Amino acid sequence: MSIRVQTEDFDVGVEINRLRQQRPDIGAVAAFVGQVRDLNQGDAVAGMTLEHYPGMTEKSLETIVQQARARWDIMDALVIHRIGHLKPLDQIVLVAVAGAHRGEAFHACEFIMDYLKTEAPFWKKEQTPHGERWVDARSSDDDARARWHEA
Amino acid sequence: MIRLLYFARLREALGSVGEELAPQAGLTVEALMQQLAQRGGIWAEEFGSGKSLRAAVNQTLAPVTTEIHDGDEVAFFPPVTGG
Repeated sequence: MSIRVQTEDFDVGVEINRLRQQRPDIGAVAAFVGQVRDLNQGDAVAGMTLEHYPGMTEKSLETIVQQARARWDIMDALVIHRIGHLKPLDQIVLVAVAGAHRGEAFHACEFIMDYLKTEAPFWKKEQTPHGERWVDARSSDDDARARWHEA
Repeated sequence: MIRLLYFARLREALGSVGEELAPQAGLTVEALMQQLAQRGGIWAEEFGSGKSLRAAVNQTLAPVTTEIHDGDEVAFFPPVTGG
């Protein structure tokens, strides 16, 4: 398991190769990449600043990945989340999960993202033509997370 | 002493990144929020108005009934918006 919180960009190809290299028991890698959009709630977004809670961030991401590992038979997982100033088209987050088969990898990847969205202490502040504003949490993210309790 | 931390919109509204406080025996997250709200002004607005704040005790999300002990790190922040 690897958890990284960093200002630098990441190379998805390099990261996935590192996850699966020398592991012929891995048959599937599922990955999610989040990217900064140039529009939110009807307003142009010129950029954003991502703040986090050092210490708790890493701890919460580790807990989320451990929960995924307890639930699905996956072999490895990687979470990279960027902080600091980002602009449209920049990558924000990478979640990659390796398993023997695609089912576990897909499910665990989505589970990790849904929990990251609702539990990991990151906050976005957007720069718009009306000035800076903190992004509000969305109830659809809570709904996405709640699905995993029903399953 | 307990270490209090404020993040994101809350940090800006309060004009404070955090502080140290001496906890009373049996203090809970909820009681601490009431105590902070009693400072009035922006503190009452943020901690007393039922605004949706999250709390973490020792870097784990904590319900308002969680007890706080000497040496704990307690953080308050708005709902998270990463990813």
